[in-house]
Amino acid sequence: MAAEKAEMDALKKECDGLRAQIEAARKAVNDNTMSGAAGGVASVGRVQLKLRKTLKGHLAKIYAMHWSADSRQMVSASQDGKLLVWDCFTGNKLVAVPLKSAWVMSVAFAPSGNLVASGGLDNICTVYNIKAASPKTLRELDAHTGYLSCCRFLSDSEIITASGDTTCCLWDLETGKQKIMFTNHIGDCMSLALSPDMNTFISGACDSLAKLWDVRDGACKQTFSGHTSDINAIAFFPSGNAVITGSDDCSCKMYDLRSDQEVIGYQDTSLNAGVTSLALSSSGRLIFAGYDDFNCHIWDSLKGEKVGVLSGHDNRVSCTGVPDDGMGVCTGSWDSFLKLWN
Amino acid sequence: MEKVIVAMQDPDMGMKMRNQRLLITVIPHAMTGHDIITWLIQKYSICEEEALHVGGMLVKYGYIYPLKEPRSIVLHPDESPYRFQTPYFWTSTRWPASELDYAIYLAKKNIRKQGELMEYEKERYSVLHKRINHTWDFVVMQAREQLRASKQRRKADRIVLECQEQAYWLINRPPVCSVPLHYTILHNILFCTLYCTLHCSAQYTILDCTIEASRRALGRNRVKSSVCLEGFVKYSEQYQNHDPIMQGCLPSNPWISDDTAHWTMNSEMVPTPTRLRVECWSFSFMELLNDNMGRREFMTYLEKEFSAENLCFWQACEELRHGETSRIAEKVEEIYKNFLAPGAARWVNIDSKTMDKTLEGIKRPHRFVMDDAQMHIYFLMKKDSYPRYLKSDLYKNMLAKAIVPQETKKSVFPFMRRQRHSSPSPAQAATTATEEDGRAKGAGQAGANSEGGSHV
Repeated sequence: MAAEKAEMDALKKECDGLRAQIEAARKAVNDNTMSGAAGGVASVGRVQLKLRKTLKGHLAKIYAMHWSADSRQMVSASQDGKLLVWDCFTGNKLVAVPLKSAWVMSVAFAPSGNLVASGGLDNICTVYNIKAASPKTLRELDAHTGYLSCCRFLSDSEIITASGDTTCCLWDLETGKQKIMFTNHIGDCMSLALSPDMNTFISGACDSLAKLWDVRDGACKQTFSGHTSDINAIAFFPSGNAVITGSDDCSCKMYDLRSDQEVIGYQDTSLNAGVTSLALSSSGRLIFAGYDDFNCHIWDSLKGEKVGVLSGHDNRVSCTGVPDDGMGVCTGSWDSFLKLWN
Repeated sequence: MEKVIVAMQDPDMGMKMRNQRLLITVIPHAMTGHDIITWLIQKYSICEEEALHVGGMLVKYGYIYPLKEPRSIVLHPDESPYRFQTPYFWTSTRWPASELDYAIYLAKKNIRKQGELMEYEKERYSVLHKRINHTWDFVVMQAREQLRASKQRRKADRIVLECQEQAYWLINRPPVCSVPLHYTILHNILFCTLYCTLHCSAQYTILDCTIEASRRALGRNRVKSSVCLEGFVKYSEQYQNHDPIMQGCLPSNPWISDDTAHWTMNSEMVPTPTRLRVECWSFSFMELLNDNMGRREFMTYLEKEFSAENLCFWQACEELRHGETSRIAEKVEEIYKNFLAPGAARWVNIDSKTMDKTLEGIKRPHRFVMDDAQMHIYFLMKKDSYPRYLKSDLYKNMLAKAIVPQETKKSVFPFMRRQRHSSPSPAQAATTATEEDGRAKGAGQAGANSEGGSHV
């Protein structure tokens, strides 16, 4: 008994020791700060984007949106129980998908443009074929024991989902079965983002950690801490070497994958609202972060300064997205409108 | 403690359980207090007093809950019925019990039957309502959804679940919160396990896993911050001209001008690509490969060099990785026949170690079986063929031929004073600006200034 306790204590000591060593290793490579490296970069000045279009059509809060790979179509999900596929150039609604469960929290567009997926409090990720004459349910992926917070397609045959049951999952759409489960978080997974090369993805959870996973073997390759509250939004820097996270603690942070640490934080004492969503411009220079204060604030990713704001919504900004061609940014809000800015 | 519970539920050596009647509904898998005590005495060879104490702890920490008087969290060594709490509701798995969950539970109770909340619950409900008001919508939504889902269950299951949930919350949010439960819990779990002379393998596994993960994390290669940060700065600068929000876009941003010319000019199959697009191919090998036109051009170049089979192999591997699962075996077979088999028509040159590993893997084909070989060929092309392509006449001619779209002149919109760029400096054309362009730009600037547009 005493021997067991002693062994337990020894293990705990080893654990703490390793953690300290990792911190030391990170410090050892930390030979410069972002402000030092970006010192010579020209400032972007004040970025003022104009509202170009307001997309009206939803009848209730919009919870999620996702751009198609063609940068023209976009799908949005609202708790009125509908998914709407928009042509953002004309502003027309192309497809309306009625949902079985109105409590939707996430939506995704497949890179091919043939499929959309959605999920929410029903714990199920439903995949629809929108190229058919009328939208058909292709698959219902039902194995999570918690709500579906985010989903992203790897291709027409694979999709990754993040759930409130603290796990992420890779599914095979042909069989509708789970292929790999990514378990390591101790809090609800709130969001996920795929790396540009699709070999890894990153997830943010309510345990305030961001984890990098390998799609092939299901291992958690890196963990990033630093936030003091739930991470609601996460995105990759376009080069694939860094991730940006947005959290309920009202700040965003950028973590560098190669040096394995946080490089810069984006916070402002005047901002007291949590971050709900974020997206980056195509060069990675600008971060568009949606906040609970009904605005979307724009940050300069290299200088760490707030350089602009998109105001116009009458309620919380719940989702933000920049299309692949980087033409502008779309914000969706609980006021049931989607706005396009650039 | 959890080891004890698991042992208790063991079908052979565990507790004898029977169906208990609670009012009219039959509750399966229940046991009496007396049975619990007897089993503990027998299994761990302890005296009745100790068994009562241990059993009491099991009830106090919510692993077993009473069915008759749910609010009395004690173990009665008589015929009173008890049930095992489902692991989902174990304090250790769901610790700490979150405010949000409690709010949802109270909301559910309130919705289900008005006036069912006890006094202390009503108080807590209003306190929570004030504190987490911003997520109250979510709370009510979750509560409604859970109620709806539960209605679809059988009555017996529903009652069981309700009992389990109620028991969990009685433990974790007791009416009189003297000592917060979670502070004492770790101490007592440890105490209890030692008391029962159990080998706490569960805790060992958690620590072992954490140590294993930490060791791996320690061993990883970390690149100097200065190098990484330099990388971000360079990337941003390199792509700034390609970022329509930062630098505007030629001939015009379709969102602003309602003119799809930009998209038409940059569509996949155009006879002549734009200059920005061709320049992008020189930024990185992936940029070249990701653009179908770039990939075609590169293929043409490789054909001249008699090394096109490398790109064909890479492409076939990509199709394998992202394609349908049902066709994986078929695709692997094809790749082997065309590229890897000795004497194959388009044999690719891979080092023997990778080749051996791949051939071994082919025996059990899966999506990523070609990864090592594909990586090898990718780096071969990247280090050798790609740099030479960028220096080749083929690329240089493409660059020279490439279009630089003219910025849409203001005269096209004679009566519109809309600001046409998000920032007043459109992507700089490589060719010298003509006088006409200069005038148009000047007019554009004036228009922007008069509207008080963005100023860099």
